[in-house]
Amino acid sequence: MIKKPIQLLLQTSPFLRRGITTPRLMGEVILATIPVIFAACWYFGMSALLLIFASVSGAMLAEWFFSEKNVRGKSLFDGSGLLTGILLGLTLPPGMPMWMGFLGGVMGIALGKLVMGGLGQNMFNPALVGRAFLQAAFPTAITTWNPPAPGGIEAFATIRESNFAAPFMQSSADAVTTASPLGLMKFEQEPTSCFDLLIGNTAGSLGETCAIIIIIVGLIMALRRDFDWRVPVSIILATAVFSAIPWFFKPELYATPWAMVLSGGLLFGAVFMATDPVTSPVTPKGAWIFGGSIGILVVLIRLWGGLPEGVMYAILLMNAATPLIERISQPRVFGRGKVAA
Amino acid sequence: MSVVELVRSFRNGVHPHENKDQTEHQSIARMPFGKKFILPLSQHLGAPSKLIVKAGDIIFRGQLLAEAGGYVSANLHSPVDGKVVAIGPRRHPRGDLSTCIEIDADPFSSQQVHLSPTTDPLKLTTDEFVASVQTSGLVGLGGAAFPTHVKYKLPEGKTCVHLAINGCECEPYLTCDHRTMVERAEAVVRGICIAAKVLGVKKTSVGIERNKPDAILAMQDATKEHANIEICPLKVKYPQGAEKMLIKAIYDIEVPAGKLPLDVGVVVNNVATMSQFADWFDEGIPLIERVVTVAGTAIERPANLIIPVGTSVREVLEFCGLSNETQQVIMGGPMMGIPLSSLDVPILKGTSGLLAFTEAPAGHNATLACISCGQCLEACGYFLNPARLAKISRAGRWEALEDFHVNDCMECGACSWVCPSSIPIVQLIRSGKGALRELKANKEG
Repeated sequence: MIKKPIQLLLQTSPFLRRGITTPRLMGEVILATIPVIFAACWYFGMSALLLIFASVSGAMLAEWFFSEKNVRGKSLFDGSGLLTGILLGLTLPPGMPMWMGFLGGVMGIALGKLVMGGLGQNMFNPALVGRAFLQAAFPTAITTWNPPAPGGIEAFATIRESNFAAPFMQSSADAVTTASPLGLMKFEQEPTSCFDLLIGNTAGSLGETCAIIIIIVGLIMALRRDFDWRVPVSIILATAVFSAIPWFFKPELYATPWAMVLSGGLLFGAVFMATDPVTSPVTPKGAWIFGGSIGILVVLIRLWGGLPEGVMYAILLMNAATPLIERISQPRVFGRGKVAA
Repeated sequence: MSVVELVRSFRNGVHPHENKDQTEHQSIARMPFGKKFILPLSQHLGAPSKLIVKAGDIIFRGQLLAEAGGYVSANLHSPVDGKVVAIGPRRHPRGDLSTCIEIDADPFSSQQVHLSPTTDPLKLTTDEFVASVQTSGLVGLGGAAFPTHVKYKLPEGKTCVHLAINGCECEPYLTCDHRTMVERAEAVVRGICIAAKVLGVKKTSVGIERNKPDAILAMQDATKEHANIEICPLKVKYPQGAEKMLIKAIYDIEVPAGKLPLDVGVVVNNVATMSQFADWFDEGIPLIERVVTVAGTAIERPANLIIPVGTSVREVLEFCGLSNETQQVIMGGPMMGIPLSSLDVPILKGTSGLLAFTEAPAGHNATLACISCGQCLEACGYFLNPARLAKISRAGRWEALEDFHVNDCMECGACSWVCPSSIPIVQLIRSGKGALRELKANKEG
């Protein structure tokens, strides 16, 4: 019955795979950023697209330029560079010059990822490395906030001149600037309404203002198991609990726990940045320690540090602590009481 | 039954696509006898059997061909009436050459078994029972092929409190245990009664995953009169059929690492092993044939077949319609089975399935970098850190593997199944274990 001899393929068990691959996981996170990009466009017009375009081109160019020839194609299309660019773009203020966004993308990929050995080897979240670089290099530009201008084609088409500032030139100050909700609270004890924080009608970085969209997208991603749900949950819980203490004693001076959770980059950082699997602990117990510490650090920096916002530094600090956390949080092995670290 | 009972399971684990629909409603059928049979002397865990026949001997179906080669070993009987034509090295499904008995079946024989029931098992002492089971050549039919009698000889000072019967069949594609429970529930229950009596246990639990509702019903029906046999529907999860996972699922007991189920007072047996008890004690049939699931994309007529041990895999696959485009043939389940390098190897006592695929179901994804997603940790039933073990193994730091309890790994492959970067995690762990063993042997030697 059998005409030609059958060539049997030898593999070792298991012979089945789930079929969800790393590029697909990256793709799902990239898809998840689309509603956030929409919200950014709604409130900040095409500045959002321009800046994201700038940081993505910086990231992809660095990925291409600094990669070895033989892996160039592979690493360019695994989606991680694109994702880094998008996430970095979403953490920039709307009036930021495009060339700075581009530079941030280059630095994030080059210094944050490739010098460490590429995907999977990096210690720090590449997008945040890019942003930390920008924060150090251009402290004014990255803390200059434009008020939101929601809705309509007209608002979308309005051009912020500062986006087009030439590299290393003094950018002419944009017409309208304002303080972010966290800045208002920290320096002027002026709270922002939770409703505005929820729908995103506040000043801030492109992607971070609209809390409700980030929450919905985060829930969907958690249900699809795109990331470890313990990380964002523990960050949010720790921030809320830890910020409730000073607020309880001096409500006129400190922000409410819910305002702390909803304002600034906390939700965006918790859902999109801290959940980067490479730079967060692999162990379930470690995820709780990691997220809890980020929450506490955020509250410390925001309330008693020099800056109004501290999500970026909190995450970067805990990225550095990840190997140590993994070491002390190895799971208890089945049928064994205690585990050697 | 209560809701709590319905969701019983162990922690972690994975849920691969079940793919059981090809055969789960196919009644067990008998395959016609082949012409040639190859019986390896080593088809169970433990010492190979010792030959007692020689080339040229005329043998009959059920005749003893080789005796147990030690305590942890099993007898081997002829599956057919025929003639021993040769004894020598033949290809074993593992891939190596192994001493085998080659038999030509008598083409004119009716292949009826001329055997009579052994004595009433309930009147035997434990020692006589153990000896009788060893005589029958019975080994665990779930896949590991561990000689069954060993489990019934309780070491000094150990008592057995629970008898757990494994009807999980958590491997995708396989339905032979499922069909055995549906069609031979009475025989399974008869076997359970014998086993429970010998072990002196008061209660027996049969773990069956909930994707086999007809098996659960059939078994509940058959145990109506037996208040001491409990049917436990379990959540569908792999690797629930692993002894320690099953014990955790049914009794919520963790067997300590490096210990046996008996150390917590549990004996685990497969449902097919139970029905074989009934066949041996009531009809005197030793283990000479078994039910095998034949399925996969390259099989035209998937089936559950009673196949004599020693039948050639090629004959079985051709009987079920093998595609010309076949690329991969697996003996056992797709998660823990072994790949076949040749079709001219025999069905063994422990063969639960034969799967043939026109395209390797694992695919050919290139291995990517580990992104530390942690999904392998959530898949591992033993709460190991597979990602770390794989990294250590790849780096060749064999001694460091022990710090992460590499030897606790049962190699179920859930980590490799789940890995989004297609890292061959369990394969790396396996090779690491081997290297570690060698390293230790060299140190001692």
